[in-house]
Amino acid sequence: MPLRHLPPHRGGDPDLARLIKTEKEVEGRYTETWIIVEEDALDQWPEGPGAVVGRPARKVDGYERARGEARYTADVLLPGMLQTAVLRSPHARCRVRRIDLARASEAPGVRGVIGPGEIEWLTGEPNYEGEPVAAVAADTSAQARSAVELIEVEWEELEPLLDPEEAVRRRSFIGDVKRYERGDFERGLAEADVVVEAEYRTQTVLHNSMETHQAVCEWRGEGLDVYVSTQNIWGVRDDVAEAFDLPPDKVRVVCEYMGGGFGAKNGAGHFTYIAAELARRAGRPVRCALTRREENLVSGNRNATIQRVVAGARSDGTLTALGGEYWCSIGWEGWLPSTAGPLQMLYSCENVRTTEYPAKLNLPPMSAFRAPGFTEGAWSLECLIDKLAAALGLDPLELRRRNYADADTMDGRPYSSKNLMECYRRAEPHWNRRHEVRARSDETWKRGVGMASQTWYGGGGPPSYAWVRLGSDGRVNVVTAMQDIGTGTRTAMAQIAAEELGLAVERVEVQVGDSSRGPFATMSAGSSTLPSMGPAVRAAAADAARQLLEIAAQRFDREERVLSLQGGQIVSSDGGSWPIEEITGMLEDGQILGKGARGPNPAGMRVLTFGVQVAEVAVDVETGEVVVERVYAIHDVGRIVNPLGARSQVEGGIVQALGHTFSEARLDDPRSGTILTRTLDAYKVPTIADVPEIECEFIDVPDAHLTNLGSKGLGEPPIIPTAAAIANAIRDATGAEVTSLPISREEILRALAEARERAKDRVAAGST
Amino acid sequence: MRLRINGAAHEVEAPVGQTLAETLRGALGFTGTKVACGEGHCGACTVLIDGVPQLSCITLVHTVEDHEVTTIEGLRDHPLVDAFVRCDALQCGFCTPGQIVSASALVEANPEPTVDEIRHAMAGNLCRCGTYPRIEEAIQTWRG
Repeated sequence: MPLRHLPPHRGGDPDLARLIKTEKEVEGRYTETWIIVEEDALDQWPEGPGAVVGRPARKVDGYERARGEARYTADVLLPGMLQTAVLRSPHARCRVRRIDLARASEAPGVRGVIGPGEIEWLTGEPNYEGEPVAAVAADTSAQARSAVELIEVEWEELEPLLDPEEAVRRRSFIGDVKRYERGDFERGLAEADVVVEAEYRTQTVLHNSMETHQAVCEWRGEGLDVYVSTQNIWGVRDDVAEAFDLPPDKVRVVCEYMGGGFGAKNGAGHFTYIAAELARRAGRPVRCALTRREENLVSGNRNATIQRVVAGARSDGTLTALGGEYWCSIGWEGWLPSTAGPLQMLYSCENVRTTEYPAKLNLPPMSAFRAPGFTEGAWSLECLIDKLAAALGLDPLELRRRNYADADTMDGRPYSSKNLMECYRRAEPHWNRRHEVRARSDETWKRGVGMASQTWYGGGGPPSYAWVRLGSDGRVNVVTAMQDIGTGTRTAMAQIAAEELGLAVERVEVQVGDSSRGPFATMSAGSSTLPSMGPAVRAAAADAARQLLEIAAQRFDREERVLSLQGGQIVSSDGGSWPIEEITGMLEDGQILGKGARGPNPAGMRVLTFGVQVAEVAVDVETGEVVVERVYAIHDVGRIVNPLGARSQVEGGIVQALGHTFSEARLDDPRSGTILTRTLDAYKVPTIADVPEIECEFIDVPDAHLTNLGSKGLGEPPIIPTAAAIANAIRDATGAEVTSLPISREEILRALAEARERAKDRVAAGST
Repeated sequence: MRLRINGAAHEVEAPVGQTLAETLRGALGFTGTKVACGEGHCGACTVLIDGVPQLSCITLVHTVEDHEVTTIEGLRDHPLVDAFVRCDALQCGFCTPGQIVSASALVEANPEPTVDEIRHAMAGNLCRCGTYPRIEEAIQTWRG
């Protein structure tokens, strides 16, 4: 591919053809990074459906998955493979006074035992329940489990730190306290006609991917093969290579199919290192797979929060101040997700002050979970906005519109595209149903409608690469070393290549999931897969198309510029057309190879996603039961590649949100720090019987500034506003202000009692 | 011991105490049956035993010796497979074989189930990706 000088508005420097500095964003965390640009800039396709892109496509790997033929990490069975079991800390904080591995080592079938300090991930001083201490490899799982029981260990229990506010007092933090201020917050409060404040809480939420975290490691020659359930095969490659002091390409990471991740599988994890080390010692392949109970202890979580937020506004609704203090229970390791993000970014407000405390506690580490931080922060912000609307006597939708941000609230940059106002417009008919919905209330069942809006990242970025191989039979192979975690990545990539090459999607295969068999591709996280990979795949397909047409021009004696690819044909503007096999067939077993790269994001612009959800609920005011009857969702994520898969992402996000709204909560013993909910009967994820009617719609307008595709990511946005929309519907139905997730019946009954007290006070105040 | 799986006889050595899921996935290589929780809470490991959905992760293999076991491999041409793909009733797909096995027993007994009947029959099959609305549609339209 020819090297190009990028124009300055796309981040290019006229003196540097290939190397540019760009902002890279993952899960809301920005870093500046140098990247090599190899983009062959293409104009975006016109708005609206093409021949393939923008039309519903069935999953290209649907049959493999549905028939149980897809090989997940859980299904990898290598000759001579050993199984493992891990000894984990039974206490939230303790010290191993004495440990004896001898009896375990001599147990039947045991091929290797490792203890504290033998690898970095096994410790003699655990700081949360479940932290790995020792591990055994044996011929069978049962033997490994029995051998772990034979490890003699004397624990010295220590006092754990479990309370996030106490952690803040003791300054027990992970990283720095994050402080942010713009304008003059105090002045903004002083200028407000109305000030509302509230404390909102969110619980610890567990991912519970159906496939637990696991890896199979096999040493081959100087290299190591790692089969792992991961969202990030390149990250695993780099981490494992560093841990075992190997050149990165000596580590091959394979993840052909994976059974869900939701953010928890973005790195190698202790199980991979344990498997690799035991495999090295035993000279045999080793599997280390978490059980469901281990999964719910140590595989990550959405961290609990306490959020004290305040909003001030003039009587016309103009926000004058927004503030928040956030106590985030990160656990012993992890990072601080941006819980204040929605409050800082969603509305135009000059005076904003936030403080986020990353509390380091003797609890299992957090990890990213589908829009980390923003899901928790949108809950408090969007409930607070409705509280403010009530205090002002304004319509909540109108209040949101009056504080619409036309440019990035953090630094004034223009948005690459923003259609949130259009989302509000389309939400209006659903919002206006509330009079009719409320009228269906009776003595016990009160009905109401609530809304909440959402912003999130999802722009993706470079680097990411793809190859396209066009064979003599006119079939296409897209090769890229990314992973499809179930979001339909293979399908979207097949559609994009098919569109560019003028072929039916059935003629495209997509090969992903092997770091040794394709170029670098982004991790499947941060709603970045489609916006990062899609443009690279399109560029690779365009490169192959260009070569095909170059040959066709010679073969059919036409100028290249009059030729195009449509419907499996090479079409000339003078009316001639030939099946593409007439050219590809000449290749015999040879191939046309195209390559493509993801270009940079538009310089000086903020790339974000937006959306609105409207929920209708019925609340039984006697028992506190809540039934969500309907959720309407409208999201603005640029061009929609696959409307069928996109709808599934929205529905799935809303279903998962119903979990943290009503039923999901990790329960920890407040004195010992022991985790009480480890099984799927104790930790309640939604079932098919819990799902309301869900209707979704997309703005589906390409972001004109973003890549050759104009698409943003959709994995995370739909989970963000649901809980607040439901809470606001409960307020609309009953006047009750729920403030804690999950919204249990106790929480509803508490909020109802509080609302009755407020009403009584108002009546009393009115009568004096 | 002898097992009848998807209409064929299999000779297999299984230690006492082994679960049906372990035997299927291990010695016999029927890896279409998934194990997600291993303790009977999620439905991913569902197989049919004499036509009735059962959780293979908590079924001891020696208890099914004289019974007909049907796994997803035995249902690969079932119209439900098409319906699940057509309706996008799967994302990661790890729970999907169990969903299809459960649904096959439902439509066998009741070819036109109502939404309530579907919800009742399928409530034991968890899907963490949240494809439930699509699963409902797939089962309602399973005959194409």
